[in-house]
Amino acid sequence: MSTVAGEMDHNDHHHHAPSGITRWFFTTNHKDIGSMYLWFSFIMFLVGGSMAMVIRAELFQPGLQLVEPHFFNQMTTVHGLIMVFGAVMPAFTGLANWMVPMMIGAPDMALPRMNNWSFWILPFAFAILLASLFMEGGGPAFGWTFYAPLSTTYSSDSTALFVFSVHIMGISSIMGAINVIVTIMNMRAPGMTYMKMPLFVWTWFITAFLLIAVMPVLAGAVTMVLTDKYFGTSFFDAAGGGDPVLFQHIFWFFGHPEVYIMILPSFGIISAIIPAFSRKRLFGYSSMVYATAAIAGLSFIVWAHHMFTTGMPVAAEIFFMYATMLISVPTGVKVFNWVATMWRGSISFETPMLFALAFVILFTIGGFSGLMLAITPVDFQYHDTYFVVAHFHYVLVTGAIFSIMAAAYYWLPKWTGHMYNETLAKWHFWTSLISVNVLFFPMHFAGLAGMPRRIPDYSLQFADINQIVSIGGFAFGLSQLIFLAVVIKCVRGGEKASAKPWEGAEGLEWTVPSPAPYHTFETPPEVK
Amino acid sequence: MTDNNPTPNPRPDNARVIRRLLFVVVGMFGFGFALVPLYEVFCDITGFNGRTKNEQAAVNTRQVDTSRTINVQFITRVNTGMPWGFKPEVTSVRVHPGETKVVNFLANNPTGQNMVAQTVPSVAPGEAGLYLNKTECFCFNQQPLAAGAKTKMPMQFYLDPDIPKHIHTLTLSYTMYDMTANAQPDVLATFEATSAD
Repeated sequence: MSTVAGEMDHNDHHHHAPSGITRWFFTTNHKDIGSMYLWFSFIMFLVGGSMAMVIRAELFQPGLQLVEPHFFNQMTTVHGLIMVFGAVMPAFTGLANWMVPMMIGAPDMALPRMNNWSFWILPFAFAILLASLFMEGGGPAFGWTFYAPLSTTYSSDSTALFVFSVHIMGISSIMGAINVIVTIMNMRAPGMTYMKMPLFVWTWFITAFLLIAVMPVLAGAVTMVLTDKYFGTSFFDAAGGGDPVLFQHIFWFFGHPEVYIMILPSFGIISAIIPAFSRKRLFGYSSMVYATAAIAGLSFIVWAHHMFTTGMPVAAEIFFMYATMLISVPTGVKVFNWVATMWRGSISFETPMLFALAFVILFTIGGFSGLMLAITPVDFQYHDTYFVVAHFHYVLVTGAIFSIMAAAYYWLPKWTGHMYNETLAKWHFWTSLISVNVLFFPMHFAGLAGMPRRIPDYSLQFADINQIVSIGGFAFGLSQLIFLAVVIKCVRGGEKASAKPWEGAEGLEWTVPSPAPYHTFETPPEVK
Repeated sequence: MTDNNPTPNPRPDNARVIRRLLFVVVGMFGFGFALVPLYEVFCDITGFNGRTKNEQAAVNTRQVDTSRTINVQFITRVNTGMPWGFKPEVTSVRVHPGETKVVNFLANNPTGQNMVAQTVPSVAPGEAGLYLNKTECFCFNQQPLAAGAKTKMPMQFYLDPDIPKHIHTLTLSYTMYDMTANAQPDVLATFEATSAD
């Protein structure tokens, strides 16, 4: 045992009094908080996933079998809200908590007490949201986009709970984003200039700015819904001089940057994993940084492509169509750079790399269907059909969630000090990959044939396709239990991981032992 | 703390960064609400979202352009919960740009109560809204209607001859809202006057 390790233990005792459950309540340690975020997000993933199972079970056959339409609507709504705000966003915040300080050579996040708060208000937000499902009249049933007047005139009495839970989620994300920005700006190790930061740090830096720019707009939108419903204002009520279309503008002004909030950190993760398993440096580092910034900037001027069918003037439709298509340029740069990184690399196919490769291909498919949706004249056909559902599940499930899985496998040895079970992980990957395509790919065809989204019943011609989709859905849901098993096994034991278990990996996080000690980089490393 | 700690760099000013970021957060929260009046202004200027000039236009002095004929269609609807009947006398008229036309709309109040309504116009395509000038319209004011009464409400309009060449048809849609609870006092006073007779 080296003296270094001895000192480390000593420091642990010195700095950290609380143990047991209070450790988790009162912790200000970025690794503890990161782990809590990741576990929370995984639990929410399973909760939101079981709602998806209810949806797919109901849609297994035409007609109404299992649930009432009103309950079905609550399932689609809460599934969306949970997956967006409860699964994907907290998973990224958890990864940022764990990895950003270690990647920039900082001892912790800049604002550790606020970090504790921003995590611990989240379970309350989701407790409120989920509890509203058990109220008389049911929970939110207006879609995760809560369009007025569905969320105002026609919503159930529990809408106030939905509004407050979104407020809390927003406050949590804003606090998390401020923490990330301050950490990155003020706590980089000496020599860690902005253009030396790993791309995961860069993409999160830009994401954090998107968060503080648009989460307040969401807070404003839900507040207007609240006052329209309960206090007699008419922001969105035409009878009082308001305009329901205005709701869509405000919502999507938040909503479009939001979808990039859910994908930019993925780009950072993939940009770490592909070079590591190709044993080559990332191709076009600075173009990756600029492409990320360009995507973030463009995200503010494309929101109305969600609203082509609201009767916009042709000039506006054309503007939003071209602006949207422009986003594929920086995104194309990224895909090109990933492929160029692999070109002539010495590639090995461990599970993180498999998920990263699946990400590149399947996310690109999601991008292509996005381009199709951007074409105004054909969007009138695709709008509100299963084609849209297929599109955003390709970018969110095989995009964001696959990248989170890739990140988990990539950094699990660093977090736990053990190697995960590669065989089981490969089973998880292959079952997920096959089932996710059985689940989402046929949805494109159902949508093109005219099947509307958010409907509990459908006409007979869609029966076969929905049966296939549902089977894919159940298989994908079950596959995620393998992931849970892999993680639990890895936390409990397994082959000892070295400080740098991936030979091609780069970055400061691999210079500390595995598992990462409770406190890292108390003396800042020197970055050359 | 150990005593021989070398003096670290002056602590970076977290508070300043946080202040600035919070300023952005508060500003963007305000921006969300500022979108409401901004949207109003934007719609009024561009005719976006079918907004029309809902005020009395100057008397028509424009030359009639007989080389073009535009089909103007009328649609009426009542808001959910509004019990009135509301119909245009004709569903469409063909007009030359610059020509003045009058179209009557019929309303009846089938309930046992005196009620007040307000109609709100919308034009499709949106860009045509800017060229539709109304010299007289029931939609400028609230409409009182006694229990069981009927009325014929005129709307006089002309199309600006500058209306873009590609517009051959435009649709004027009126939605009628129940305003009894929020009626202006002078409108309510008309009921008193009639009952006094």
